[in-house]
Amino acid sequence: MTPEEKALIMDSRIIDRVLSRIVHEILERTKGSQNLALVGIRTRGAYLAERLAKKFREIESLNLQVGVLDITLYRDDLSSVAHQPIVKPTQLPFDVKGKIIVLVDDVLFTGRTVRAAIDEIIDFGRPQAIQLAVLVDRGHRELPIQADYVGKTVPTSKREEVRVLLVETDGTDQVSIEELKPK
Amino acid sequence: MTERYLLTGGRVIDPEGGKNEETDLLIQENRIVKIGSLRKTLVKSAQIIRAKGLLIAPGLVDMHVHLREPGREDEETIESGSKAAARGGFTTVCCMPNTEPPLDDQGKIRLIYDRATPFARVFPFGAISKGIQGKELTEVGDLFRAGAVALSDDGSPVANAELMRRVLEYSRLFDLPVVDHCEDPALSFEGVMNEGYTSTRLGLRGIPNASEEIMISRDLHLAALTKGRLHLAHLSAAGSVALLREAKRKGLAVTGEVTPHHLTLTDDALLSFDTNAKVKPPLRTRADVEALRTGLADDTIDVIATDHAPHTSVEKEVEFDLAPFGMVGLETALGIVLTELVSTGRLGLAKALAAMSTNPSKILKFPYGRVVVGGLADLVFIDLKKSWVVNPDQFASKSKNTPLVGRHLKGKAVHTLVNGSFALRDGRLVEPKEGND
Amino acid sequence: MNKPSTPWKRKDLLGLEELTVEEIQLILNTAESMKEILQRPIRKVPTLRGKTVVNLFLEPSTRTSSSFDLAAKRLSADTLNLSVKTSSVQKGETLLDTVRNLEAMKLDVLVIRSSSSGAPYFLARRLTAGVVNAGDGLHEHPTQGLLDLLTLRERFRRLRGLKVLIVGDVAHSRVARSNIWGLTKVGAEVSICGPPTLLPMEVERFGVKTFTDLDKALREADVVYVLRLQLERQARYMIPSLREYAQLFGITRFRLRQARRDIVIMHPGPINRGVELDPDVADGPWSVILDQVTNGVAIRMAVLYLLCGGEAGESD
Repeated sequence: MTPEEKALIMDSRIIDRVLSRIVHEILERTKGSQNLALVGIRTRGAYLAERLAKKFREIESLNLQVGVLDITLYRDDLSSVAHQPIVKPTQLPFDVKGKIIVLVDDVLFTGRTVRAAIDEIIDFGRPQAIQLAVLVDRGHRELPIQADYVGKTVPTSKREEVRVLLVETDGTDQVSIEELKPK
Repeated sequence: MTERYLLTGGRVIDPEGGKNEETDLLIQENRIVKIGSLRKTLVKSAQIIRAKGLLIAPGLVDMHVHLREPGREDEETIESGSKAAARGGFTTVCCMPNTEPPLDDQGKIRLIYDRATPFARVFPFGAISKGIQGKELTEVGDLFRAGAVALSDDGSPVANAELMRRVLEYSRLFDLPVVDHCEDPALSFEGVMNEGYTSTRLGLRGIPNASEEIMISRDLHLAALTKGRLHLAHLSAAGSVALLREAKRKGLAVTGEVTPHHLTLTDDALLSFDTNAKVKPPLRTRADVEALRTGLADDTIDVIATDHAPHTSVEKEVEFDLAPFGMVGLETALGIVLTELVSTGRLGLAKALAAMSTNPSKILKFPYGRVVVGGLADLVFIDLKKSWVVNPDQFASKSKNTPLVGRHLKGKAVHTLVNGSFALRDGRLVEPKEGND
Repeated sequence: MNKPSTPWKRKDLLGLEELTVEEIQLILNTAESMKEILQRPIRKVPTLRGKTVVNLFLEPSTRTSSSFDLAAKRLSADTLNLSVKTSSVQKGETLLDTVRNLEAMKLDVLVIRSSSSGAPYFLARRLTAGVVNAGDGLHEHPTQGLLDLLTLRERFRRLRGLKVLIVGDVAHSRVARSNIWGLTKVGAEVSICGPPTLLPMEVERFGVKTFTDLDKALREADVVYVLRLQLERQARYMIPSLREYAQLFGITRFRLRQARRDIVIMHPGPINRGVELDPDVADGPWSVILDQVTNGVAIRMAVLYLLCGGEAGESD
């Protein structure tokens, strides 16, 4: 199937505005907690976590701890992929215990990635709470997982794909929906 | 019963006499009675066999074969080995004495004759030393009178120089050739393949060329000293050929032998750790193969013999170090020699056939290896154009240990005639009739 | 979120000779990620949960077998450890039968160490399970070669042009062979040094320089990889005595005065202290021997992870 570009959902201005709003929501919800830490899920989630951390510094002069999680070794579908995915390192440069961890990812879809991330965090220790911030929630959950902070809710069909591009990896900032078309 | 065969239109080739022409052959009982153009109407009551397109050559003689009986009938028996011989175009084979127990007394020599079948003539070699232990000389006179046609401890080298000297001297009483498996056991200790780049790569212990060359040099000196009849079995190293050439140039009565596998395979055949290519002496390098081919072509080496060494798959399907040495060869020898040496122009057809029939017959003083009027009707009919694929499941041999599985060869024995009777006809073995002499 | 899949397509890891540079880099990169797990409070991930890894060590070894066992367990696999004594190979059962019986019990990976060169190849052709060579005779010890490369990469970052000197019984060393393959593939310059009786035939064809003078060899080296000398060599006339070997080829503090001040010392273990390597060098600042051990577990985790990928990978 070849994807055919259908609709641009967010451009770089919207993404930036949305990230700012999420920062304010986090501050409100956690009541300015000292125990906050951001953990981005590779690959794009990690860059989004960095951006959020930067905003925390700019808006509130808060220096939050930031970590990066690679969930490959916790996936539940390793038996059915044809070849093993590449494993990158996980870096959590702080003690997880007692912290409020905000997981950051670009797209929330089936919820399995988040499930793996939660399992992995808990193997590091017992956080006070785990919350979830995503840029896009596209529905079609297969597990009882919800995001606490959502950039934009985008209803999609299973025939569609949400494409997130970030300057850090792809040279531009945009979120678009593409239709997977049969060849 | 008088069996008469009239073979028409075949190309008769007698390497010794130089004959090579399309003509007819008349066989009566077990002898060739006429060679020449024969109008069919003149010959009554003869079975006519059309041999057009076939080569009619002297039945092949393999002077180095292991038939494993007595003792290892699971690997091969005299009967199964003889059937394999017939399929390969061999009418005569000589079996080595390293059986279990070894052929070191008259009773065991006679056993071989008792077990022989009409599929091929089988002649035993007698052991040089009792039990092939390399310590005491066997009762050579007894062995000779029982029918041993040569002496050898093959499988093992004669490590003790004094024993080698004495057997070369003593054998002169009976004019028996002494056949040595040339290997210096101290240098070959624990070696499982040729020592060189490939053995380093594979992490396997190697046997250097020097192991063979040293023993050959020793044996040549002893042959000169004793004037015994020395025959060097399965040469594998370039240096060995050079030593033999020099000895012949000096007039020494020594002969040499090479296997089809040493003429065509190198130690690259072991890169997959294929135990079927694990042989002694080992497969060596391209340079050694070339030297052996040159040695055949310039008559330094007299004989091509298979060193047919059957082993069961149970024995061979193990880790490389643990597998026994040897590969079977009776059913592939002719095909390999024709495909890799004759059709490539490396060796003349007459010379190849002489190396596989006439020359071994001369060394062993057999009345075989000739296609002449009055001679015995031991013949092989070869279809030089026949393409076939090596498939061990089709072998008559009980063992299937060959590295040539799947090889495409051109040239095969179609009929084999032993003592005037068909052992192989149209590629199929002919079961002997009841009550036939 | 789509992750790119690996170029790892092999069912088995039998040697470094047949690996490409990309495959080697992949294993090293994966191992680095695995190392991080060893720093966590819970040193375990669920990746190979439900998979069975059998360690069949037909040659005695505590170091390598425990390294493989730990690696499998850290990935949550189930392990079965068999040694010569506990296997039925001693009772005359052939290796093939032993392994077929194990396979009938549904194993996913067989880790095998054998004194017969080629044994892992023999098994890999006949089993659907993946086979990892933990050392076969004199032939190869690929995970050792890989952990050595990882250790060097951590120390030097760039391996191209790195001058590595391997000292000792190269002829009988599977570790040396694997290292020669691995190092030459990544562009390092490999030299070997030892008495002529312990240098293999035609070894120059592997792209290595040979020395019999240790002092000369040391002057040019960035890294010295010291091989273990086995006493059996004396019985076969290859060295007159351990004492003489130590005098001519032993790595001592004094000897290292010929070498660069920041030379790196490696050894696959176990060390014959005082023979090929002096204790103060083994325990001194030049030595990365303990790093090698740590990296061993990470490399073996990486290998097990890659081999256990999904559907049975294609056999070579």
